[in-house]
Amino acid sequence: MNMHSSVNSTTAFDTSSQSDQDVLISLDHVSLSFGGVKAISDISFNIKKGEIRAIIGPNGAGKTSMLNVINGFYHPQEGTITWRGKVRRKMKPYEAASNGIARTFQNVALFKGMSTLDNIMTGRGLKMKTNFFWQCLRVGPALKEEIANREKVEEIIEFLEIQHIRRTPVGRLPYGLQKRVELARALAMEPELLLLDEPMAGMNIEEKTDMSRFILDVNDQYGTTIALIEHDMGVVMDLSDRVVVLDYGRKIADGAPKEVQSSQAVIDAYLGVSH
Amino acid sequence: MAFDLFLLEVIVTGLLAGVMYALVALGFVLIFKASGVFNFAQGVMCLFAALTLAGIMEKTGWPAWVAIPLTIGVMIALAWLIERLVLRHLINQDPIILFMATIGLAYVLEGSGDIIWGSDVKVLDIGLPQGAVDWLLDTHNFYIEKLEIFAAVIAAVLVGVLAIFFQKTRIGRALRAVADDHQAALSVGISLRTIWVIVWSVAGIVALVAGVVWGTKSGVQFSLSLIALKALPVLILGGFTSIPGAIVGGLIIGVGEKLAEVYMGPLVGGAVENWFAYMLALAFLLIRPQGLFGEKIIERV
Repeated sequence: MNMHSSVNSTTAFDTSSQSDQDVLISLDHVSLSFGGVKAISDISFNIKKGEIRAIIGPNGAGKTSMLNVINGFYHPQEGTITWRGKVRRKMKPYEAASNGIARTFQNVALFKGMSTLDNIMTGRGLKMKTNFFWQCLRVGPALKEEIANREKVEEIIEFLEIQHIRRTPVGRLPYGLQKRVELARALAMEPELLLLDEPMAGMNIEEKTDMSRFILDVNDQYGTTIALIEHDMGVVMDLSDRVVVLDYGRKIADGAPKEVQSSQAVIDAYLGVSH
Repeated sequence: MAFDLFLLEVIVTGLLAGVMYALVALGFVLIFKASGVFNFAQGVMCLFAALTLAGIMEKTGWPAWVAIPLTIGVMIALAWLIERLVLRHLINQDPIILFMATIGLAYVLEGSGDIIWGSDVKVLDIGLPQGAVDWLLDTHNFYIEKLEIFAAVIAAVLVGVLAIFFQKTRIGRALRAVADDHQAALSVGISLRTIWVIVWSVAGIVALVAGVVWGTKSGVQFSLSLIALKALPVLILGGFTSIPGAIVGGLIIGVGEKLAEVYMGPLVGGAVENWFAYMLALAFLLIRPQGLFGEKIIERV
């Protein structure tokens, strides 16, 4: 739908065995189970640099588990994950973060007692390196660093149009704005891959429009690769370059929004049943 | 005139005693702020730190300036051990589970202190000023302990540094972030393990300061761990999450206690000092449960 649309036509339903340069992350034959319950079984797909990739599927299809695997909350029992051309071992969440993977959560996970500004500043933590000693006194290099990073944060605040709530403790904000602050915190990490878990859940039309615009702008202006889970099919079709569809922990379709939409398997499993 | 001076003396003594309580309360606030856990072992940590310092000095005869950094090292090692052996296995558990773990920790620490350093009362003398301020005593017949003034200065410095550290620095923000939401903290690249080691180290060092001051005042003995009980009303007054609150709470309790003892004591037969703090805390719980400076927690239902 935008400048990346060319990638859609090359491969339609099987993208697992690719090794081109522009693949950012690729998951091959990944399986994840909790005790006897299989959350993800033998799923392969990849995300290319600069694209917006949607992961859809009915409730319980394993979408969130998929994100949790990518950012290191869960470690799959089988399969490999190739990040920037390197097969990665067990990656801990904070390692994923320092590798440029940021995310938001389905039920907003903000630091409720802290102000909007402080919440976003936590996203800069990895970019700040001064040691404990300077930090204790907040002088010298620590102060300099603080100011430099604060500038970046102000830029993001302006970008997402949340100047007016800068000092408000986020616990007091309405839900839609909390979602936006969460996006801001993730953006503050200047991620290469941004994972959005239902960024528009529980929003009204106006808020959804805003959020869609922000997602497209992030992708456009910062060149950030985005993987998002979303239930609103209209939004998915509008935003995404490619869509992967999960059902009961299996992949049932993968390709451009139009192709996926017309796939019989998808209609059976998803569109026809739950919506 | 003489009466006013007496009142002033009571108030000042109370304030300084309050600072001593506040020092202990500070350790609680630190860990509570950064992990949402009430650390039952904080009092024992004060004891353990003082005991280690006194023990090292007694056994080796090394001067204080060698023994103190050594003790700080021990407290940091202790923090690391606590993370490694206890906290790491309790990620994403309820605060109450962590609280129970700290109760266990209190007993382990108390026992180890006993085994390593013996159970007799130790004298701790690292050269802190002691006795009355002579000049005031001579000229105005006004009694203040030097040690208490020293404690007040130390507390002021500690609070200043900690307040800035918590509110305005990267590590401070990370600490508060961890207290709020483990998963979200992980997702922005905060390592829980590092944070916990830092928090417990800082709490351990604060415990050492409190332990040294109390130990110098009344000897290092196992009843030292009971000063933790006095820190509780301080925390309820000041709010569990506020560093300035710990100080103000301590001061209020200190002064209130002394005033109550002097003016109410004779009416009810004395010993008001022993229960006054708890009654005050109880009253506060009824009126303002979040304390003077605590964060009001609003649960959306």
